[in-house]
Amino acid sequence: MNIALLLEMAAEAAPDRVGLVCDGKRWTYGDLLDAARGAFELIQESEAEYVALLDESSEAAVIAVFGAALAGVPYCPLNYRLPDADLAALLDRVSPALVVGDEERIMRVAGEQGHTIFSREEFTLKAQETVPEPESREYDPGEGIAIQLFTSGTTAAPKAAILRHSNLLGYILGTVEFASADEADAALVVVPPYHIAGISALLSSIYSLRKIVMLPNFTPEGWLGLVETETVTNAFVVPTMLARIVDAMEKGVSANVDSLRAIAYGGGKMPLEVIHKALERFPSAGFTNAYGLTETSSTVALLGPDDHREALASDDPKVRARLTSLGQPIPTVEMQIRGENGEVLGPNEPGEIYVRGEQVSGEYKEKSALDAEGWFPTRDAGYMDEHGYLFLSGRADDVIVRGGENMSPGEIEDVLLTHPAIADACACAVPSVEWGEAVGVAIVTREGHETPSEDEIKAMIRSRLRSSRVPEKIAFVEELPYNEMGKLLRRKVKEVLAD
Amino acid sequence: MKPGTRLKSAACDTEVMVIRCADGQIECGGAPMGEAKPAEAAPLSADFSAGTLMGKRYVDADGKYELLCVKPGKGSLSVDGVALVVKDAKPLPASD
Repeated sequence: MNIALLLEMAAEAAPDRVGLVCDGKRWTYGDLLDAARGAFELIQESEAEYVALLDESSEAAVIAVFGAALAGVPYCPLNYRLPDADLAALLDRVSPALVVGDEERIMRVAGEQGHTIFSREEFTLKAQETVPEPESREYDPGEGIAIQLFTSGTTAAPKAAILRHSNLLGYILGTVEFASADEADAALVVVPPYHIAGISALLSSIYSLRKIVMLPNFTPEGWLGLVETETVTNAFVVPTMLARIVDAMEKGVSANVDSLRAIAYGGGKMPLEVIHKALERFPSAGFTNAYGLTETSSTVALLGPDDHREALASDDPKVRARLTSLGQPIPTVEMQIRGENGEVLGPNEPGEIYVRGEQVSGEYKEKSALDAEGWFPTRDAGYMDEHGYLFLSGRADDVIVRGGENMSPGEIEDVLLTHPAIADACACAVPSVEWGEAVGVAIVTREGHETPSEDEIKAMIRSRLRSSRVPEKIAFVEELPYNEMGKLLRRKVKEVLAD
Repeated sequence: MKPGTRLKSAACDTEVMVIRCADGQIECGGAPMGEAKPAEAAPLSADFSAGTLMGKRYVDADGKYELLCVKPGKGSLSVDGVALVVKDAKPLPASD
């Protein structure tokens, strides 16, 4: 089955209903399907083997993803923030492609790679102008790859993760009820098109007939403005965005946000302080923390609105701590925590998170990472408590191994962040002659506070954790390096600490 | 028959997408479904006339068959004369 079915069904059920608002332009489901069918013609004509997008979010992303699906060619949105050389290398890996976006830049970095290049406007216009008879066309049955996404490469070179039509449809059909949204519902999409959350937002909104409101370039003011003018009911944000929105509201930016019923967040660690403030600023909204990976077609665990409320109202520290968890696995996936030798661990035992389910691809262009029973090792480290709440402690690759003892950066960072003068902290491995690896920490001092002494920090860790966690190296930095999605770039911190 | 096949009802407007199937006969309104619509419509059986709903998934008790209704109609779905039942999605609290 082909993911284009999702748009076909939306257009069949409600051809004249507005499905997308972007830059003031409104698109009905009928318009979007026609344009996707037009895009199919352009893709066929170009004989491209991929459809790549080098652009911010716009209608072109929707037209390209479904046009590529109809043509049976993988859709590959690229990160336009990458430097030229990295981008050229990725474009080379999808050559020959039909590339939509920044024409001048594509020509400059990959002009010799045999691509067919369209600007966003040209692609959208041509797709609309080409009106084929769907009956005379043989659309792809959807047995292959729908989407190829290059992972962000925070630990190594970008890998080409592939999502099959069956993975994405498994996710959508299993978790979204068709046409379940009210005609007044609107989802504000700010995640860039090359992120899995940006793609799953499009698919799930279209299948539920929930209008998509796109904000291509995030600013807190732009976001709050659209919430008011488009009476947005649902929104997904990454932690840094929510922090900036709350900050702007505190500084006096105001908007009517009463229409917001649901705010979901994910893609990185949410500081507790931000979530507490956000809960106050958006009293009408239920909050959901979603945990997922590119390789799992988006969400595999979530902490829902009821969990948030219960945790906030509880006196039990274990229940309160759920605010820092990722919630429980969704009903359509299985999850296990496994130890170093692959053994399945019990509650509260830290190990690596494994998932299995229809939506889990776990597949890269080069090879599949699934084991013989279909389980995907996420490389995320964490544990599940006795009630099935999942706690993440970081990437398995970030584990610090000191003289054979495994330590997760998260537990050290959590202790550091309880210090009133510490605004942000990152722990990672530093080379040690004696232990192989030892703990290094980078610390950002909170504004208006005095920088704590190294002895004070060491004493604090020693008193709260084991002495092996005491940092051998401490660096005070202006800020920690995050990518645009709010992911901490640990390898950069490592470089600073290694100096 | 394989997953991804689109089947049409001979007795009503219903169309389904096959998600999962085995070797049995898939019917709608009491008549076998096919990839093409027959020239002459089959009569709608009173026993299979509860109707289909767009976007609903229909399954058998053994989990061998799963059909997604992509066009609703007056007939209802069955395999070898045994009625299929609706399988609900497990909606998430809007996580994306």
